Amino acid sequence: MMTPASDLLLEIEDLTLSYRIDKRWIPAVRNFQLKLARGQVYGLVGESGSGKSTIAMALMRFLSGNGRVESGAKMRFAGEDLLGKSAAEMRAIWAKRIKLVPQNAGAALNPSMRVGPQVLESIRAAIGIDGVEAERAMMRMFHDVNLIDPEKVARRYPHELSGGMQQRVMIAMALVSNPELLILDEPTTGLDVTTEAVILDLIRQLIAERDTGVLYITHNLGVVAQLCERVTVLYAGEIMEDDRADDLFHQAWHPYTLGLLGSLPRPGQNKRDALLHPIDGNPPALKDSSHACAFAERCAFAEDICRDVKPPLESLPDGRAIRCHRWREIRDGELHLVADDSAAAEPAHEGRAQSLMRVADLTKHFTVGRSLADVLSHSAPPPIRAVDGVDLALNAGQALGLVGESGSGKTTLARLIVGLQERTGGKLELLGMDIRNSVRERSPDVLAKIQMVFQNPQNALNPYMSVRDAIRRPLIKLRGMNPGDADAEALALLRSVNLRADYADRFPGELSGGEKQRVAIARAFASDPDLIICDEPVSALDVSVQAAVLNLLARLQDQNGTAYLFISHDLAAVGYLADTIAVMYLGQLFEVAGREDLFQPPFHPYTEALFAAIPVADPRHRVEATLLSDALPSAQYIPGGCRFHTRCPRAIGPICEEEEPPWRDAGAGHVIRCHIPIEELTEAQTKSAAGAAMD
Amino acid sequence: MLRFARRRLFFFLFTYVLSSLIIFFLLRVLPGDPAKVIAGGREAAPEQVAEIRAELGLDVPLPEQYLSWAGNFLRGDWGKTIAFRGADNRDLILERSRNSARLAFIALALSVPLSLVLGVIAGLSENKLPDVLISLLTLSVVSLPEFVTGLFLINTVALRWGRGPLASAIGWWFPASSAVPANASFGEMLPALWLPAIAATLVLLAYISRLTRAGVIEELKRDYVRTAALKGISRRSVILRHVLRNALLPTITVIAISISWLISGLVVIEFVFGFPGLGSLLIAAIERRDLPLVQSIVMVTVTVVLCANLFADAAYALLNPRIKLE
Repeated sequence: MMTPASDLLLEIEDLTLSYRIDKRWIPAVRNFQLKLARGQVYGLVGESGSGKSTIAMALMRFLSGNGRVESGAKMRFAGEDLLGKSAAEMRAIWAKRIKLVPQNAGAALNPSMRVGPQVLESIRAAIGIDGVEAERAMMRMFHDVNLIDPEKVARRYPHELSGGMQQRVMIAMALVSNPELLILDEPTTGLDVTTEAVILDLIRQLIAERDTGVLYITHNLGVVAQLCERVTVLYAGEIMEDDRADDLFHQAWHPYTLGLLGSLPRPGQNKRDALLHPIDGNPPALKDSSHACAFAERCAFAEDICRDVKPPLESLPDGRAIRCHRWREIRDGELHLVADDSAAAEPAHEGRAQSLMRVADLTKHFTVGRSLADVLSHSAPPPIRAVDGVDLALNAGQALGLVGESGSGKTTLARLIVGLQERTGGKLELLGMDIRNSVRERSPDVLAKIQMVFQNPQNALNPYMSVRDAIRRPLIKLRGMNPGDADAEALALLRSVNLRADYADRFPGELSGGEKQRVAIARAFASDPDLIICDEPVSALDVSVQAAVLNLLARLQDQNGTAYLFISHDLAAVGYLADTIAVMYLGQLFEVAGREDLFQPPFHPYTEALFAAIPVADPRHRVEATLLSDALPSAQYIPGGCRFHTRCPRAIGPICEEEEPPWRDAGAGHVIRCHIPIEELTEAQTKSAAGAAMD
Repeated sequence: MLRFARRRLFFFLFTYVLSSLIIFFLLRVLPGDPAKVIAGGREAAPEQVAEIRAELGLDVPLPEQYLSWAGNFLRGDWGKTIAFRGADNRDLILERSRNSARLAFIALALSVPLSLVLGVIAGLSENKLPDVLISLLTLSVVSLPEFVTGLFLINTVALRWGRGPLASAIGWWFPASSAVPANASFGEMLPALWLPAIAATLVLLAYISRLTRAGVIEELKRDYVRTAALKGISRRSVILRHVLRNALLPTITVIAISISWLISGLVVIEFVFGFPGLGSLLIAAIERRDLPLVQSIVMVTVTVVLCANLFADAAYALLNPRIKLE
């Protein structure tokens, strides 16, 4: 696919970027190249440390003081040499022609300035208009990015907006100058799937209307598949493979691309079906150039030559570029990732269906401080109903997945069960015994039975405690072992999470993210618990590492007969690990289903919308319609009737607004809380699924 | 907002009462009996001492003494001095407080702008030459005690330069002694204020500029600064409109806290320069074992420090939209 020269917007050749570390310049990106046409959406995929954001900053000529562009690089933007521009010329380019939408819009907006003036400043710099005229341009742009009530948004401070709204403001700010090149650096990372779907839809629509070239940087293969025309896969600062998205996702020839695609659980895939194929090892740290292929250490196909000679980046006639010694063998089907189709977990043993935990009408209401107006009118504001009447039963050895958008109360529910927060109502039974409110009131026996794995292993491990001590503590405190036995047991636990014994004497600072999470998992298993609560255990980890941790959790559950409460916003991950899945919305459960039932109709309309929003890692399966507006109502002012009626695409009328829906039984323990009868749901949803397949 | 204000106010009252208790009981357990001092020291007759003791209310139980003392203080009845020919404590303290306030005002007016500018320059040029020079200057100045800088200023500026060829230029501005009459007007007092104010400024300079520097460096690393720069606006606008606004917010608190440093610094500085302020009054009162006077002076300084902190919290909360006042 040749691009006419006039359409070529950005041309990068031989770009090598280095950082100064300990008085030496260490390359973070090597010989990067890219050709981006006007109107093209180009994906740049890589894990943390792959150098993708460094490339974005170099493109903007905004590298931090300890970074530099090595000589020999070429960067041409619309025919002009970017590297030769003066600071003033670059400022003019920033103002109008190249715009960046960064990750974490919340931090990218000035916290002590209202949103309006911040956008106006951008407009002034870009177009040179001011006053009423600029304000009108801002309102038009806010309208284009679907910000509801633009006047009000302009008067807000950034922290008063939701994450999705903050990102819309950033996009509005970037697009207002009608830039030629738009760099999106993980713009949806940290947002809910539903919000992500809406933002992606918005981006797709906005760039279709313009002739903007887009460089989309992300670690999320699903998002790339949904949005991009062409994709470059980056590993350790080097291009591994570069191709049209459709070919890349269906006929990847590079072992790393294959590994990434294989390590993603597909929606509906379960631990009982097959293991995930993780990529061994960890993404590399910055290091000096070596002669080996950067991926050789983790590559399943690595041979001697891979460890001795760095493969060149070969450009193939069909437009693909690939850096691998063995791509021909992979293309010709002579090499396969070891197809270990043994299931990660055996079906739960019969007779284990003993009830472990029961939660009845569990509530957690947070009281809110009274404002001056409240005091004057002698009224109290309504409480925040984070968890609002949840009934849940969990059998021994069962994995229960809990999904829902952020703000749905998942984490609060988990914290109530662990006892990190005190419930305001309801009952919690473990093995038939009433469980006290908070950890402080619970006996060591109860504490030993319920353990937790946190989202961010970075903060969950004491940085001054060695791995050995971290695992020994629960062994000694909760299982009453003597130090000698605890030592031996700690080593056994380390082995069980696939860490070598020499990790025992390391400190968290010396471990990678995946290794830290393994230690956290070993620690959770140390007290031989009946229930482990996993709150987003893989979402802080790199894609290639996530699969290994999911496999590990599945295997340990099977070996120890431990029950899980697995919380995640990633439906595919939940679907992989869970036996039963519960869907939560605004403090209540809407649907509970066995994993076989959850991924096919009937769904609760909310579940349906959640599924529809998942960015599937397949360019041929594009998520078209976004069913949900992005705003979850506040848990302080929960809508009456069915609390989902304000956003429900299938609402059937006044009954949804007035009456709480009943639980309906769809058979085999599958229950849905909705006014629409099961048969009608099934019919309507089967029809729309068929319609989508026809398109 | 209301809950915040109420809690903060409660905290204020609690600290106030607690510090008054500490002041009261600490001075009781210190050696030196005021009744004996008044009665004429060691040779005083026991009956006379007992009489004075009763007159001062020192013969009743301690809790009762505390309550009547605290009540009198709140009503404004701070008693008569023992040491200063029976003048009214309150008049004396208010007059001296006014003088100290003049000194503190000049010191703050000199030090706050100067240290903010130095701090911002240092922060913007982190680890480069201007930063290193400013850090060297402020840190070496702060490590000198006030009495050293005070004596140095008197010796060099007032005595050496003041008598040298520059005498006519600086003689009036920088007199060697600041011992002016305590009831002088602000205009009359002004020449006597410069040198002690400069000495106090040097104390504050390091504190405020170091914290400003840290604030600027921290804010410069934030994402929103990059956003602002990539809008294509000038670096000046990035700094003035975005960085400083956020970097200087915490500095408000620092300035308020520095008022307590300033007060302790002033005690020494006033003594060195012979300036008739609250600090020199305090030292005189301690030397003469004038217990009621010492108590009242300390209570006044406690009031000032607590009010400054209350003001800082309120100002910070009102200026920072991120603080949810709950």
